[in-house]
Amino acid sequence: MAGPAQAQSVAEGQKLAFERSKGNCLTCHVIKGGDLPGTIGPELSGLKAKYSRDELIAIVSDETKRNPQTVMPPFGRNRILTEKEISAVVDFLQTL
Amino acid sequence: MMLRLAIRTAVALALGVLALAPAARAADTVDPAADKAAFQKFFTDKFPKLKLEDFVNGPYSMNEDLHRQWEEKEQFPPYEFSLEAGKEMFSKPFKNGKTYADCFPNQGIGIRQNYPYFDETEGKVITLELALNRCREANGEAPFSYVRDDMAALTAYMAFTSRGKLMDIKIPNDPRALEAYQKGKEYFYTRRGQLNFSCATCHIQSPGERIRAEVLAPALGILNAMPIYRSEWSGMGTTSRRFTTCNSQIRGVPLNPQDDEYRNLEYYLSYVSNGLPISGPGARP
Ligand code: HEC
Ligand code: HEC
Repeated sequence: MAGPAQAQSVAEGQKLAFERSKGNCLTCHVIKGGDLPGTIGPELSGLKAKYSRDELIAIVSDETKRNPQTVMPPFGRNRILTEKEISAVVDFLQTL
Repeated sequence: MMLRLAIRTAVALALGVLALAPAARAADTVDPAADKAAFQKFFTDKFPKLKLEDFVNGPYSMNEDLHRQWEEKEQFPPYEFSLEAGKEMFSKPFKNGKTYADCFPNQGIGIRQNYPYFDETEGKVITLELALNRCREANGEAPFSYVRDDMAALTAYMAFTSRGKLMDIKIPNDPRALEAYQKGKEYFYTRRGQLNFSCATCHIQSPGERIRAEVLAPALGILNAMPIYRSEWSGMGTTSRRFTTCNSQIRGVPLNPQDDEYRNLEYYLSYVSNGLPISGPGARP
């Protein structure tokens, strides 16, 4: 995947990550370009070096699998975000 | 970061084992005194610079900048109007000539620290807000809304006359009291809703952290300052208002104020804060 489709997905992913009603990742994470971030989770940066795409999808879908005590909501399992939305969010995460 | 995470996880797990023990097993090991000691130790270990009584200032106890803001606020307390109103309401007789003082021990003065209590006749937890409305109804007056200004004003006054007294919640030797306590505890630690949050997710696992712009209050002493003036609300909030607001914030379905679950929850949270001073009414960002 490259070009305009990719760019659009990244933009869509950013919107989801910043929006209060949807991903709302900013509530807990410092993310480049986002206002009023929370500090409950770690800053989201350098993720491409740290995790594969599948790993990122797994974290966003259900982080309780890696860490049963996590406070991060299971966005996929509880259908807060659809598969397609998670894919867009991960496209965005990979640019951080 | 990883270290901080590892520590947080370890603590959460340690606490989880204690708190989230399966109900069946927990039933024969309910030990409020041990719970209280572990609960208070968790917070004093996590925030070694704070004294026990500091925790009652909620988010303002969590760092020095915020503490300074709190001190400035206390110079011109924003809850003053409510306190004045409460004092007047408290002394004004009902239509039948009786007053609130007639409904309470010690004329209602300096008793906030004993609420909620377990009523052995009824077999249930009685909160101060509930006792106030029952007093009104027993005297032929309509009950107040649990989440609005009148209730906040009355409880503000009653808290004010009790400032500095140490929270002193009793669990009588009655299996129903122990059960109410245990149910309150389970409610506090149970994750629910689409976001999979429990009260503990924010107020035990993340106190002092920012959630967007707000700093999370620690669960220890979390009710000692009730009711509170919140700048964000431009007004006062009762314990009932805070409980229902937290429930809706997490996209959960709030219960009705003074439902059994909330009464039990208040019983649990107040008991584990025994020994911390009443500081209400409070002011919050
Ligand atoms: C309620 C707070 C909260 C929200 C909301 C939240 N997270 Fe998290 N997140 C955390 C915490 C805490 C961690 C630390 C890992 C853990 O707890 O297992 C984390 C970890 C992560 C990690 C791993 C970071 C690393 O460096 O290892 C990623 C990636 C992540 N979150 C992405 C997201 C995305 C994307 C969203 C929005 C769709 C989101 N988070 C929403 C709390 C949150
Ligand atoms: C998603 C995080 C979150 C969850 C989950 C949550 N709260 Fe809160 N709570 C907040 C925020 C934000 C505030 C306002 C800032 C502060 O004082 O912590 C707050 C404040 C409070 C306060 C007032 C604290 C003070 O000193 O002013 C009480 C009491 C409270 N919450 C109780 C609860 C209870 C009971 C539950 C479970 C039903 C709960 N909260 C669940 C986020 C949460």
